[in-house]
Amino acid sequence: MKPNLTIGPILFHWPAEKKLEFYARIAEEAPVDTVYLGEVVCSKRSPFFEQYYEDVAERLTKAGKTVVFSSLAEIMLKRERNMMAGFCEIDSHEIEINDASALWHLDGHKFRVGPLMNAYNEETLRYLAGQGATHFAMPTELPGSSVAIMARAAQDVGASCEVQVFGRAQLALSARCYHARAHGRIKDNCQFVCELDPDGMPLRTLDGNDFLAINGIQTLSHKYINLMAELPQLREIGITHFRLVPQDVDMVAVAEIWRAALDGVIDPEEGQQRLDALNLPAAFANGFWHGQAGVRKVAVERALAGL
Amino acid sequence: MQRPELVCPAGTPAAMRTAVEAGADAVYCGFQNATNARNFPGLNFTPDELERSIAHAHEHGTKVLLAINTFPPAGKVDLWREAIDLGARLGVDAYIVADIGVADYIARNHPDIRLHLSVQAAASSPEAINWYCREFGVKRVVLPRILTVSEIKQIASEIPCEIETFIFGNHGLMVEGRCSLTNYITGQSTNYDGVCSPAADVEYRRDEEGNLSTRLGDFTIDCFSCNETAGYPTICKGRYLTPARDKGYYAFEEPISLNLSSLLPDLMAAGVNALKIEGRQRSRAYVRNVVSSFRKAVDAIMAGQEPPLADLIALTEGQKQTEGAFKSKTWR
Repeated sequence: MKPNLTIGPILFHWPAEKKLEFYARIAEEAPVDTVYLGEVVCSKRSPFFEQYYEDVAERLTKAGKTVVFSSLAEIMLKRERNMMAGFCEIDSHEIEINDASALWHLDGHKFRVGPLMNAYNEETLRYLAGQGATHFAMPTELPGSSVAIMARAAQDVGASCEVQVFGRAQLALSARCYHARAHGRIKDNCQFVCELDPDGMPLRTLDGNDFLAINGIQTLSHKYINLMAELPQLREIGITHFRLVPQDVDMVAVAEIWRAALDGVIDPEEGQQRLDALNLPAAFANGFWHGQAGVRKVAVERALAGL
Repeated sequence: MQRPELVCPAGTPAAMRTAVEAGADAVYCGFQNATNARNFPGLNFTPDELERSIAHAHEHGTKVLLAINTFPPAGKVDLWREAIDLGARLGVDAYIVADIGVADYIARNHPDIRLHLSVQAAASSPEAINWYCREFGVKRVVLPRILTVSEIKQIASEIPCEIETFIFGNHGLMVEGRCSLTNYITGQSTNYDGVCSPAADVEYRRDEEGNLSTRLGDFTIDCFSCNETAGYPTICKGRYLTPARDKGYYAFEEPISLNLSSLLPDLMAAGVNALKIEGRQRSRAYVRNVVSSFRKAVDAIMAGQEPPLADLIALTEGQKQTEGAFKSKTWR
């Protein structure tokens, strides 16, 4: 199967114009196969872009991309419950769910399982496949040794498997908005201060080391996950979908590098050199994949010997 | 108003005995491995210990709830199955679970044993809870610590199962079961190793001026001057720098404990069936004090009296307490 390069949902609160420009470029220029659309993090942000989804989806579809809608990851308020109910009625495109409340609404409809759904093992995978899941995006922290088993289990039930290969790791969710807190506000009167940080709000340690990035109620890694060196291994264990999580960088350039590497036009070494040449604002990490601290950058020869 | 069950922590056989004798209606505990979310050195039960402890608890009419509330990573499911089967043989009264595959295994193999949905499952809406009830026959949900009392009341009216809420102890900031912060820094996962800020990765470092840095892995979590009391380095209770602040600040939350004692009557009126005290890592003295205090409080409320709860603040983290999300949405 031809490897499928995907663009995950935009996690940050970018202004509508910025998102429109982003998706216009993705449609026209980025050599990706699938684009996930939708607000995953904060229900308060959703109204800002709702009116554009139809046009964006149409534009991407015309450009030959598969469009999948991603759900919110935290469902608690009445507003969010209603949003999830409406989300599960989407029938124009596939949907990716990130909260178990969707399972109540879907009841037999096909769906994709998002990376925030906690499908950690083959038993859970099989159960969700029985509920209609056709595709599984692996939890960020799941090590490669477990992902390999998940990929086999997915194949057995006719489902596909996706791994995030680029972008910040989604480490935690909360009910509290840490963006609002940093600015002396609370979630209800946040005034969308998260818009100030299109690549996340940096948290450094008291001794000045880069540590985490805040995105509203979400906490991300400071470092970008990068599994370029692991690409041959990912393919070998049966991963078919490779996710780039949008950062506030030239994602078209990032996608071009991954496309070339996936198609065998360049080898992973050259892919890595080209990614390094982009001078991205954060260092790379791959520790989760190797069963180590996620923040680590594991040298790959050693890493492969350990698996 | 129905009488709520007081659900108490049992990190060790001695703590369980203490909780039982202090008036717990139920105790919760786990085995000495990754199958539970408090997989800390020196805690939890061997099979023999659990067997004897269950006998003692049952003699006193106390139920024993077995926490199998982590997410087995692919390839390691057998360890969780063994823990489940062992719990059934030893006669536990309920399992507390988070993983869908684990819930399915219990529903198919031990359908007569009650299933409780752990806070680690992060089921925070009636729809999510209803799905777990329909699929696996869940009898009780432990609600995430992110809801207000009125939201809990609303949920209670829309689900077919019992509700358990936390009332006292550690105040986790992240949605439980959705936090990989510890794994990002230490390589130990809260979700599948049952570990949060493992002691083996903790370091206290004092500089020449007497300031004490608390570290987890390679990262400084907080720094205390001589006259401050240093806290344990938990990532979500640390101080950090960000451009919007001119100095280090508690980006997530201060080191603080949850104490809902003043909301007890409201929680009971909202239809909460079970009140949970956090703290399997705590000492016997702590367990005795907290359990007996809440025992008296619940009994007083049921008798229509004012609950006596003044002493509990001394047991909270850094002697600071919060009602967290429960009292008002301003916490968010």
